[in-house]
Amino acid sequence: MANTISFCSETMKQYEWLLTRYPTRRAALLPTLRLAESDFGELGVPEMRYVADLMEIPPAFVFGVVTFYTHYRRAGTGKFHIQVCSTLSCALRGSEDVVSRITERLGIKPGETTPCGHFTLSKVECLGSCDTAPMLQCNDDYHEDLSLEDVDQLIEQLRTEAEGGQNG
Amino acid sequence: MTFRKILTPHIAEDDCHTLNFYQSNGGYSQAKISLKEQQPDDLIELVKAANLRGRGGAGFPTGVKWSFVPKSSDKPKYLVVNADESEPGTFKDRVIMEKNPHLLLEGILICCKAVNIQTAYIYIRGEFVFAAQRLQQAIDEAYDAGILGNDCLGSGLSVDVTVHRGAGAYICGEETGMLTSLEGDRGQPKLKPPFPAIEGVFGCPTVVNNVETLANLPYILEIGAEAYCAIGPEKSPGPKLFCVSGHVENPGTFELPMGIPLRTLIDEHAGGVWKGRKLKAVIPGGSSAHVLTAEECDVAMDIESLTAAGTMLGSAGVIVMDDSTCMVDALVNLMRFYHHESCGQCTPCREGTGWLEKIVHRIAHGDGRMEDLELVLDVCDRMVGKTICALADAAAFPAQSFVTKFQDDFVAAIQNGGSPAWKKRHPSAVGGAATHG
Ligand SMILES: Cc1cc2nc3c(=O)[nH]c(=O)nc-3n(C[C@H](O)[C@H](O)[C@H](O)COP(=O)(O)O)c2cc1C
Ligand code: SF4
Ligand code: FES
Repeated sequence: MANTISFCSETMKQYEWLLTRYPTRRAALLPTLRLAESDFGELGVPEMRYVADLMEIPPAFVFGVVTFYTHYRRAGTGKFHIQVCSTLSCALRGSEDVVSRITERLGIKPGETTPCGHFTLSKVECLGSCDTAPMLQCNDDYHEDLSLEDVDQLIEQLRTEAEGGQNG
Repeated sequence: MTFRKILTPHIAEDDCHTLNFYQSNGGYSQAKISLKEQQPDDLIELVKAANLRGRGGAGFPTGVKWSFVPKSSDKPKYLVVNADESEPGTFKDRVIMEKNPHLLLEGILICCKAVNIQTAYIYIRGEFVFAAQRLQQAIDEAYDAGILGNDCLGSGLSVDVTVHRGAGAYICGEETGMLTSLEGDRGQPKLKPPFPAIEGVFGCPTVVNNVETLANLPYILEIGAEAYCAIGPEKSPGPKLFCVSGHVENPGTFELPMGIPLRTLIDEHAGGVWKGRKLKAVIPGGSSAHVLTAEECDVAMDIESLTAAGTMLGSAGVIVMDDSTCMVDALVNLMRFYHHESCGQCTPCREGTGWLEKIVHRIAHGDGRMEDLELVLDVCDRMVGKTICALADAAAFPAQSFVTKFQDDFVAAIQNGGSPAWKKRHPSAVGGAATHG
């Protein structure tokens, strides 16, 4: 079946630049998946298949790579992916309370997405910011030194952004 | 000599990450001298004489590692900078990359000259989006200014640097896992030998060094090996970034000389144990290090002293726990981490991390038995030293030391139907252990 999606010309340029940075084409796979993620918004089967075709890498290999790593934006992820660090240093300073607060406010447990598709909540492992525990990552941004009031505020702000239809 | 910060001297200033700022404080002057005037062998000897030990975790002597790379090889050679910073409790390389990225680039140039390398990759964990942007800005500035590229600093040498973002996997911090990942594969470690210095990324000789290790190089060139060795203990000298997290008033990254007493680090720099509470336990070198009891904390923070104390400096990620901490709950947390991060290639690690999580979990949740304590130690014995990479050891060390040094917490959880926190959340389930006899 022919692919119905493809990189826009700007992304294609970036892809071609990437290829010049490595001695093998496959080495560009992880960064190319990042390009796909930002160009298409997520990595589902059609997106992974597209990258496989483009790079002439077997699709099964690409699926294997994407699923090995936790940080790619997989299909079905909400507009805002809230990832709360749950490893020891954050746990010692109340990360579990942060998770409960978000669950309370959004009505979803870790691993779930709100029916409106705006939010996905995950618990993740150490994000290299243990001095600002408890903390979370929402899409690309770190939110650090969180109090429960900060959590409430963040959610309100994201909700407004999501409902306003702005592209975050 | 009074101690001078060299890794993080100006981080409070707004534009400390820019080329302009870096150069107006003398930046790139050491790289310029070494690229133009020094011989690779002399640089390697200098770094050996300075006793620079790797800051990524294993503490291997950097100059010695460089000397393993074959001098005559028709293959290209690579430098891969380990910026994965994935060891729980560690957040130091991030400071260098966000606040002082040109220092890293200068270190990269010096290493490339010493080992005759033209291509460097900085493998940075995927979550560090801002640090990756800062690095890329610095690299762009350096290319534009003729510091990187075809004729670095007018030396006629060429060095290319590429930022390569990971995608979320602790195991990609292990050097062979990182190289496999850089090749575009799942980040599964490989058996050593061959060591990366002989056969690393793309089958070519490869130097793998941590961000902080490389960031020390300009200073070593500036002050010489003898003066560098005078900072802290002679066998593992130099300025060092210590990360303190957990139950302290003022968590953060502190640049201090190697060998600073752990108590001083916690009490004076990190503001002491929070809320006026007492110290219970400290993990001194990232979550993979053996835990210390409060009584064991009169120790100096350097490689030899911590090894002698039965633990390790590791990544210098100090995790502090106060006397309200239940060590069973803390260990469940860590065992979940290692089980989640095991890449699954080796049976002792894949199965062992799963068993450890399961056993400690059931102790915490009121289903433990006294035999479980022996079982934990038995599982650890079957893991340590029996796998492709050290992740299995990294999981076993905290398990062994938590269970032996804080046995009372574990026994109490087994006898009282779970850890205090768990019982508070599940008041009706108290006594669950009784059914297991
Ligand atoms: C499971 C595991 C995780 C590791 N994670 C990191 C890491 O995040 N960053 C790092 O620099 N080294 C890490 N290391 C150590 C590297 O394998 C390697 O020793 C180091 O990058 C070498 O650089 P250095 O000699 O400059 O310290 C890890 C090792 C293991 C076994
Ligand atoms: S020890 Fe664990 S993480 Fe390391 S290679 Fe074996 S299974 Fe993978
Ligand atoms: S434990 Fe949460 S950022 Fe490290």
